[in-house]
Amino acid sequence: MNTLQQKYAERIQTTLAKYPDKRSAVMPMLYIAQEEYGHVNPEGIQQVAEICDMDPTQVKSIAGFYTMYSEKPKGEYWLQVCVDLPCALRGADEFHHWLLHELDIEEGGTTADGVFTVEHVMCLAACDKAPMLQCNFHFEENLDKDKMRAKLKAWRDQALAAKRGKK
Amino acid sequence: MITVGGKQIPNIIYREKDIPNIREFDVYVKNGGYEGLKKALGMTRATVIQEVKDSNLRGRGGAGFPAGVKWSFIPQNNAVNYVTVNADESETGTFKDRQIMENNPHQLIEGALICAYAVKAKAVYIYLRGEFWDVAHELDKHIEAGRKAGLYGANGTLKDAEGNPFTVEVYTHLGAGAYICGEESALLNSLEGKLGQPRVRPPFPAQKGGGLYGEPTVVNNVETLANVPWIITNGAAAYKGIGVGNSTGTKIFCLSGHVKRPANYELPFGVTFRELLYEYGGGPLDGRTFKAILPSGGSGPIIRVTDELLDTPLTYEDLQKHNSILGSASVIVMDDTTDIVWVASKVIKFFKHESCGKCTPCREGTYWLDKVLDRILRGEGRANDVDLIANVAANMKPTTLCALGEFAANPVIWTIKNFPEEFKAWVEGDRKGPQLAPMALPSPAAD
Ligand SMILES: Cc1cc2nc3c(=O)[nH]c(=O)nc-3n(C[C@H](O)[C@H](O)[C@H](O)COP(=O)(O)O)c2cc1C
Ligand code: SF4
Ligand code: FES
Repeated sequence: MNTLQQKYAERIQTTLAKYPDKRSAVMPMLYIAQEEYGHVNPEGIQQVAEICDMDPTQVKSIAGFYTMYSEKPKGEYWLQVCVDLPCALRGADEFHHWLLHELDIEEGGTTADGVFTVEHVMCLAACDKAPMLQCNFHFEENLDKDKMRAKLKAWRDQALAAKRGKK
Repeated sequence: MITVGGKQIPNIIYREKDIPNIREFDVYVKNGGYEGLKKALGMTRATVIQEVKDSNLRGRGGAGFPAGVKWSFIPQNNAVNYVTVNADESETGTFKDRQIMENNPHQLIEGALICAYAVKAKAVYIYLRGEFWDVAHELDKHIEAGRKAGLYGANGTLKDAEGNPFTVEVYTHLGAGAYICGEESALLNSLEGKLGQPRVRPPFPAQKGGGLYGEPTVVNNVETLANVPWIITNGAAAYKGIGVGNSTGTKIFCLSGHVKRPANYELPFGVTFRELLYEYGGGPLDGRTFKAILPSGGSGPIIRVTDELLDTPLTYEDLQKHNSILGSASVIVMDDTTDIVWVASKVIKFFKHESCGKCTPCREGTYWLDKVLDRILRGEGRANDVDLIANVAANMKPTTLCALGEFAANPVIWTIKNFPEEFKAWVEGDRKGPQLAPMALPSPAAD
C-alpha cells in the first residue's frame, strides 16, 4: 500500500466504486495527490498510476493536459482571476493588473513569502458577478479593491499563522 | 412566476424563485418532486420517449438537437447503456447550469433518471467542470438524500412498468480545467480517464462502440434534462404551449456585459432582444448605447445592434435569419465604448488557450489569429493583415475534427464582416488603445 492508499483509503475506495474501470478514477486520484503534496509531483504520479493500473507516463500526460493540476508548487492561496470577455467588459483586466501590482508580482508569479500565486484564466461561469476570481477553487465574486484588500489580509494572516503553528 | 408581456407563466427551471430552499430534498418532494419519475416509471419506455419527442424539447447545450430523438437512437436491446450529464459549462458567457445545480439540483437528478429509465441506462454520470468543485460536493449530498429515501440506487424501492426494481445509480465526476471536455466525445474520453480530446465519429455516442466504455450513451446538457420532469408531469401539450414554433418551453438567457443587471433570466422562447436587454437587463449603462451582441457566447457570430435586431424574437430560427445562432443563449452585450477588434482578440485568446491541439488547422490557426490581432492592437497592423486573418479563419472552418475549430474562426470572420470599419480604423487610421474597461461599474442589483 502506498502513502495515498493509506492516508485516503476511504475516499479512494468510494471513488473507485463509481466506475467499472479503474482508469476512470485517474482525475479524482490526481486531485488527491495534489492535495497531499501541494502539487502533482513524480511521487504522486507513481502512486496514482499504481491505484489506477496505469503507466506513470500516461498519468503524467493526463496531469499535463488539464490546467487544474499543477506540476509546480503554487502559493498557499492560488488566485485565478477571470479576464475573459464578459468579465473584461466589466473591468476584469484592470482588476487583474491592480491585483498583480498590489501583490508586487508578475502574471503567473508567486509572492516572496509563498502565500499568493496569481494567474489569469478564462470564463469561470460567474460572468454576472465580475470582477471575480477563484481562490483554491472557491468562488469569490463581485469584488472591488476594498473587498479584495480585506480578503488578501485575512488570507495572509491565516497563512502566516499556520506557518508559525507548524514550527 | 415569470411575467412576460403582461402574462404569467411558471418558472420551469428556476423554481427557487417561487419556492425558496427547493434545493433541499424534503422541500422538493413536498412540491411535487420525483412525481415525474414515478409517473414515467408507470409508462412504457417508448411512451416516455414519445412524450419528450412531442414536447419538442431541444438540447440546451448549444446545438438544439431534439432530446427525444436523441434518446430514441439508443438500442433498447443492449445490456448496458449510460446517461452522461454535460455540466462542463465552460463556454464564454455561460453561467446557467451552475445556478440550476446550486438551487434546484433534484430537478436535474430527476430529469436524468427519467432519461435513464427511458433509454434503459444502468448509471448516470454528471460531468462537472473542475472549477465546480464546491457545486459537485453539494450535489453529492443531494444525490445521497434521494438515494437514502430509496428513490434510486442499489436499494431503490420503486418499480418500473415491467415490475423490475429501479436501481439506477447517479455519480458526479469532476473535470480539471479544459473547455474541450464540454464537447461530448471529449467528455466521454475524459470520463474514461483518457486525454480529453474529441473522437473521430462515427460511431456516435448513442451507438455501440461510440459511447462511454464503448456502450450506447446519451449526452445531454444540464438545462435540457432539468426540463424533463415538468414535461412528464404536465404533458407535452402544456410544454408546447410555452414558447413559439419549434422553440418550445422556456430558455435561460445568460445576460452579461454592458447592461445594468447582468444575470440569468428564464424566459419563454420568443421574447425579443429588446425585452431581454431593457425590461430584464435594465438597459444600457448611463450615457451609453448598445453596439454589438454575441448571442451565443464566444462561439457564435457577433451581430450589430439595430432597431430591427432589438425586435427580433429569441428563437433558434430567428437568430439564423440574422446569420447568427442562439446556441446556449449566452448573450454578451457590448456598448459604444467597446472596441470590436479587441473583442475578436479576447475571443481568439480563449480558443487558442482551449484548442486541444489535435488538428493542425485549429492549433496553428488560433495561434496565428491571436498573433496578428495582437499586432493590430499594438497599432502595428499592416495593410494586408485583415485579409490575412480572414484567410486563415476561412481555412480553419471545414477542416477540423470537432466544432471548436469552427467556433474559433467565427469571431474573426464575423467581426470583419459586420464591423469592417473597426479594423480599418486600426490598420489604416490612427486608432490607439483600447483602454481597459474601468473597474468601477455599477454593481448588479441583487437579483
Ligand atoms: C468545443 C465544444 C464545447 C462544448 N461545450 C459544452 C458545454 O460546456 N456544455 C454543454 O452542455 N454542451 C457543450 N457542447 C455541446 C456538446 O458537444 C453536446 O452537443 C451537448 O452536450 C448535447 O446536449 P444537448 O443536446 O442537451 O444540448 C460543446 C460542444 C463543443 C464542440
Ligand atoms: S478542432 Fe481543435 S479542439 Fe477540436 S479536436 Fe481539432 S484541435 Fe482539438
Ligand atoms: S467571463 Fe468571467 S466568469 Fe465568465
